[in-house]
Amino acid sequence: MSTDGLSRRDLFAKIGLALNVLAAGVLATPVLGYLLSPILRGDRGQYKRWLTLGGLDEFPEGQTRLATFRNPLAGVSDGDTDHIPCWVRRIQGEEFQVFAINCAHLGCPVRWFSQSGLFMCPCHGGVYYEDGSRASGPPPRGLFRYAHRVEEGRLLIDAGQLPTLSTTAKRDDGDSGRCSADL
Amino acid sequence: MLQKVWRWFDERLQIAKPIRDVAEHQVPTRSASWWYVFGSAALTVFVLQIFTGVLLALVYVPSAAEAWNSLQHLNHDVTLGWFLRAVHGWGSNFMIAVVLIHMCQVALFGAYKFPRELTWILGVFLLLLALGMAFTGQVMRFDQDAYWGLGIGASIVGRVPLAGKPLLWLLLGGPIIGGATLSRFFALHVFVIPGLLIAFVSLHLLLVLKLGINEWPMPGRVVRRATYVREYHELIREDGIPFVPDAVWKDMFFSAAIVVTVMACAALFGPFGPRGYPDPTIIQTIPRPDFFFQWLYAMLALLPPGIETPLLLVGPVIAIGFLILLPFLSGEGEKSWKRRPIAVVTLLLVAIAFATLTRLAAYSPWSPVMDGWSGDPVPVRYLEGRSPLERQGSLVFQVKQCRNCHSIGGSGGRRGPALDRVATRMTHDQLVRQALQGGGNMPAYGKNLNPAEVTALVSFLETLHPTNQVPARDAAASAREGDAR
Repeated sequence: MSTDGLSRRDLFAKIGLALNVLAAGVLATPVLGYLLSPILRGDRGQYKRWLTLGGLDEFPEGQTRLATFRNPLAGVSDGDTDHIPCWVRRIQGEEFQVFAINCAHLGCPVRWFSQSGLFMCPCHGGVYYEDGSRASGPPPRGLFRYAHRVEEGRLLIDAGQLPTLSTTAKRDDGDSGRCSADL
Repeated sequence: MLQKVWRWFDERLQIAKPIRDVAEHQVPTRSASWWYVFGSAALTVFVLQIFTGVLLALVYVPSAAEAWNSLQHLNHDVTLGWFLRAVHGWGSNFMIAVVLIHMCQVALFGAYKFPRELTWILGVFLLLLALGMAFTGQVMRFDQDAYWGLGIGASIVGRVPLAGKPLLWLLLGGPIIGGATLSRFFALHVFVIPGLLIAFVSLHLLLVLKLGINEWPMPGRVVRRATYVREYHELIREDGIPFVPDAVWKDMFFSAAIVVTVMACAALFGPFGPRGYPDPTIIQTIPRPDFFFQWLYAMLALLPPGIETPLLLVGPVIAIGFLILLPFLSGEGEKSWKRRPIAVVTLLLVAIAFATLTRLAAYSPWSPVMDGWSGDPVPVRYLEGRSPLERQGSLVFQVKQCRNCHSIGGSGGRRGPALDRVATRMTHDQLVRQALQGGGNMPAYGKNLNPAEVTALVSFLETLHPTNQVPARDAAASAREGDAR
């Protein structure tokens, strides 16, 4: 038995503890990576794949219609949850606006009322004009808009994430300015 | 023979004496009261939830593609599957209710004061975990309410500055609500939160045994850190009874009553949902949260938009922080509610606020009634003896969905004011202005009403006043007319 405070057994106990801390640390790295996978994996470059909403003739000029698409980042167990709806407003010619279904307030599905030209939300009473701008109620902004373009007589949008205030319908920006077909 | 077997086991386990010590621990005679039964009732319901939860997991499939169908299967095909689902669903409601009552009782009886601060803090975490179970449980019932409820949760997380997106993707397990989302909420609901609950409940109980059950608060009997423990031990020595059998019978009666009530509710009212199929393209849905989140749903509709995000993100931190700090803010002093008016008033205010918000959520006046315009006709009495123009106006009123937000004849939305007497409040010019420009939370209809429609609509609205009450008139205009004459 040593007398200078640190016995052989104490030393081994401490080394044993240190080994376990080390092992836990090594284990923690893959565990953390696994847990953070939704962030680290990101969108796997699929966001920029253009999705078709259908031919232009499905969207009469001056009308707003519901369209659906399959989310590009679908998983095996998604069932029908990756069938995402959106509102397509064809202003005239190839001038479109494509709105997310999710209310900018808290994400409930807004409904279009063509007679009054308003989108109304069934949850907390958000209302939007036909151009997606906020009309009344709690939403802090207008409806989220997808980037879109027209190609070979078809309307395409760039979509892939649930639109919220920090993940707007458009991939990289804060949905500033008008959507244009030249994207 | 049985005794012999028991003795064989106890020689090895040596557990009889600790069990007897725990069971027979002394409690203050007056604390063996019907007011002290809610904690044990919460434990009973918790055991019931674990039991029924495991049984449901035998059939439930935690996959976004299968969950809804497996619940239908449980409801309709599995023998008494509906009943097990109903017991689990009603059990969750009773769980929250009993925990809240338990917490109010503890607050009113000053039981969180020295030396039971940690017991209270563990209780706060238990409340949060129970609410976590309720929310994740609502997600398990993977229907439209669950889907859009997740959307609301996601949108709140999306309001977090800077870290919003990573937090959101972490919450959902990816960029959208889907299979990964249900899987992780399933893991939370059946492994993570129950595991934490079991650990925290054990600690909570251990503390109750170590520190003794709170004595009946007497006005004038003041808690002081220096003397409390000695005084408590004197009290249970002089006026104490063993928990088993003298006090436990009330707990057992009440627990049994709660379990029977849960089963009765389950048998009478049946299981909760699942409601509509979780396909986001079915947008004809009106998502509503479960009962114990309705106050939150009401609050989200009523908070001023300008301060909503800060309140949503900071409010819970302040509320939880206050609950955790409570035993440190008032760890000593009077325990009796008769000498603690601020505590009583605060608790009453909170209770009234929650009750009011829950009540409001039941008829959610802030939501437009989606079929208000097509659901009910304009009452006949508002059309009798009216001119063709006025009748045309009533048609405009219906077709332009005014009624989604404004009621007449008692049906329609409550988002805006009822219009049965609107002509007594607003003049012709004001009505035109309001319809075209909106304002005061009403959208402007200028682009969607042509002049003929406006004329018709306003002429109809001008007829909406009681027969014996004159409509509002423009005093300035009539004064001008008088001058001109």
